[in-house]
Amino acid sequence: MLKQVEGSRAVAEAVALCRPEVICAYPISPQTHIVEALGERVKAGTLAPCEFINVESEFAAMSVAIGASAAGARAYTATASQGLLFMAEALFNASGLGLPIVMTVANRAIGAPINIWNDHTDSMSQRDCGWIQLFAEDNQEALDLHILAFRLAEELSLPVMVCMDGFILTHAVERVDMPSQAQVDAYLPRFEPRQVLDPADPVSIGAMVGPEAFMEVRYLAHVKQMQALELIPAWATEFHRTFGREAGGLVRTYRTADAETIVVALGSVLGTLKDTCDELREMGLRIGVVGVSCFRPWPAAAVAHALQRAHHVVVLEKSLAVGLGGIVSQNVRTSLSGRSASVNTVVAGLGGRPITRASLARMIVDADEGRLDPLTFLDLDRAAVGRVLAREREVRRSGPIAERMLLEVKR
Amino acid sequence: MTFQPIKFYQTGTFTVGNRLLPPDTRTVQANVRRTNSLNSGHRACQGCGEALGARYAIDTAMDATGRQLIATNATGCLEVFSTPYPETSWQIPWIHSLFGNAAAVATGVAAAMRVKGRDAVRVIAQGGDGGTTDIGFGCLSGMFERNDDVLYICYDNNAYMNTGVQRSSATPPGARTATTAAVGKDPGNVFGQGKDVPAIAIAHGIPYVATATIADLHDLEAKVRRAMQVRGARYLHILVPCPLGWGHGPELSVTMARLAYQSGLFPVYEAEQGEVTSVAKIRHRVAVEAYLRPQKRFAHLFDPAPRPDVIAAIQAQADRNIRRYGLAGSES
Amino acid sequence: MFQVRIHGRGGQGVVTAAELLSIAAFREGRHAQAFPSFGSERTGAPVVAFCRLDTRPIRLREPVGQPDAVIIQDPTLLHMVDVFAGLPRNGYILVNTGRDLAALGLADFVRERQPGRIATVPATELALKHIGRPVPNAALLGAFAALTGQVSLDSVAAAIAETFGEKLARANIAAASAAYDAVLAPRVEDSHAEAG
Repeated sequence: MLKQVEGSRAVAEAVALCRPEVICAYPISPQTHIVEALGERVKAGTLAPCEFINVESEFAAMSVAIGASAAGARAYTATASQGLLFMAEALFNASGLGLPIVMTVANRAIGAPINIWNDHTDSMSQRDCGWIQLFAEDNQEALDLHILAFRLAEELSLPVMVCMDGFILTHAVERVDMPSQAQVDAYLPRFEPRQVLDPADPVSIGAMVGPEAFMEVRYLAHVKQMQALELIPAWATEFHRTFGREAGGLVRTYRTADAETIVVALGSVLGTLKDTCDELREMGLRIGVVGVSCFRPWPAAAVAHALQRAHHVVVLEKSLAVGLGGIVSQNVRTSLSGRSASVNTVVAGLGGRPITRASLARMIVDADEGRLDPLTFLDLDRAAVGRVLAREREVRRSGPIAERMLLEVKR
Repeated sequence: MTFQPIKFYQTGTFTVGNRLLPPDTRTVQANVRRTNSLNSGHRACQGCGEALGARYAIDTAMDATGRQLIATNATGCLEVFSTPYPETSWQIPWIHSLFGNAAAVATGVAAAMRVKGRDAVRVIAQGGDGGTTDIGFGCLSGMFERNDDVLYICYDNNAYMNTGVQRSSATPPGARTATTAAVGKDPGNVFGQGKDVPAIAIAHGIPYVATATIADLHDLEAKVRRAMQVRGARYLHILVPCPLGWGHGPELSVTMARLAYQSGLFPVYEAEQGEVTSVAKIRHRVAVEAYLRPQKRFAHLFDPAPRPDVIAAIQAQADRNIRRYGLAGSES
Repeated sequence: MFQVRIHGRGGQGVVTAAELLSIAAFREGRHAQAFPSFGSERTGAPVVAFCRLDTRPIRLREPVGQPDAVIIQDPTLLHMVDVFAGLPRNGYILVNTGRDLAALGLADFVRERQPGRIATVPATELALKHIGRPVPNAALLGAFAALTGQVSLDSVAAAIAETFGEKLARANIAAASAAYDAVLAPRVEDSHAEAG
């Protein structure tokens, strides 16, 4: 059914349709509306049977989910930014134990300096924790990916993180097609755990594994994620059949067949990129866009295939490997090793800096004409940075960085 | 107290002999059909107080719940010695997640049981003093505040033993640990505020809080049984001596526990809904020195440069406990 | 695509205004995207919200830099924030005020623009009268419908009805209708004057 609703509420409704049994969450912007909406449903009795637990930290949230999942309950939580870091230890624990927890990450920057706006630093910081990471392009995909996520998690016995841009998607009111309970029930069977805490059949979960077997256990985790590379496209197809629309999959291409310059990106910026792409195509440039929907496992073959005929590849990312450059672009380069296309990293939108069509168009034209540096920062105020650095060279007690930069940027 | 007092004037000793009791008042441990939930073959040190405490507690809980029990466990000695890859000595469903989250994982397990309508299955969370009073404190308090239906058992051996005897916030003042060396003008652990977790548990107003030691099996079992009769958040703090960390012979673990109680340093009591409801009065009180001397971790208080001032301060703590909980006087 | 930017202060229902507009458009079968520009959410601080309307799916995610219409919920922002940034000469302007634009210091500004695309409405007063609270957003949406014709008053009313409880909805609809009439009437008179 078509609805005009806030992204967070759409996700909450989709999660509710998946019949979660234990929901636990700690508030953090910008995910709060999701768990508030779920909490309301549980309180009102419309989502039942379900236990909704208000926990005392994000570390507790993931820990409660671990206990619940290990005891055979379908478990869900949501977080962002600092909260994701606070539960970092538990993330590794959940994936290491093979528990099919589903979590929404409302992508947000990580401080210091504190920043509540969108970028991908949070989920990127945990890209190797063993969770599957899916990225939503719009709110329709955000809600669809949660349904897919439960199915994927439970089949593989691996936790899944659904990433959606904080504020940009979570707080945007737009049209979505909400599936019915019957449709979701048909797609998502009951949770049948591979391991479960049950007095009738006791097992010990979480034992120490020493040098004699640890490598094998970790390799198994890698193998399972690689299995996901097969399963995800298959289920995206099945999703399409059941619900009548595309969602998920590994990568999605837009006008790439004859593109000379292709921009690779994740998340909501893909929408703006497609509009920009159309404008540039009108001007005669052969531009295409590749959206990476599944970031972990990294769909190397799919990415390589999508970029095979490009002369210029631009990776536009909302993340930064401080001291190195791009994060996504490192992953892209791995897929393209040995190929002749140039790969440029464009870091954009950090901390919620708007990414505009105008800036994108200028950047893509530069790329298309081979003028783009290997690493650029979109819309960076270099002069302000220069002034801060100059002052630091002159004055030892140069004061808090954030304050200084804010003053310089305003000048 | 909810146990049968035994007068041993016949034998003139304090032997805790079950043969003098009617079968229905004997301990679970005395029963050949006890579940032995922490099975033999685990790798605990000889004389480990925690292994004893855990077996006593879990076997009782199994008996009290008709064997419908799931346990979570923090990282620590108990977790490590009970599950040496590829073996486990647990005969119950058991999960070890992380160091600081045993309470939260237990909350999750309890929620899963509730949502599945399996109310008969009960949940116990276990942790050492490090995992309980320090790194797991936030999750513990959260579990208390929500009144989740979990019994949390803290096995307190006064330090981070598994990692090599480092100080925790349960380490008593004056004690030597690897991070509170017995050197300088204030050797051993500092005289801080201490962190009285049982008192903090009582302050949360939860349904049941109790302290116990491995020196009194009947008392410990009765408390576990009482705890399992109640629903909601419950806390049991058990003193479990560690021969290695405390520096005494492995055959003295139970004795050390008894001396801790008899000196007043470890008050033994029960509380419900924020009020202390019963205490174990000390029949044969001992000066703290009797407890401190046999332990190498306090040796620096006696040799080479005796510290009567430190011992006096420790005695003052014991005196305070006795006053505060009303532990003086004969058996009630 | 028709893009709207709404300026106001925290507590005036700016974000809700954008959402209601998007719901009204949805009810007419159009695609609509409403989102706030997020600052510190504190009562009284300047707030901006955006709404895009289109017959095709909306993919764009940048803030509205070239609005087709600007709604000013709080005239004290007029000389504080560049509320008209990116607005073309034929863009719509709707200001919540009981005064005329000259009194607000906009006489020169208005002279340069396409006539018939600017309106003022005492939305806060209408809100106080019909709802009892100085939240002007519903009234402004009614006025917007009259000014631009992008959505009908019925759709605005339906959006309000589905968002608020019964009593509050009725009051807000009344305010919206009053504002709609207030904006429409002079235009009808103008066109009659021109015709006759």
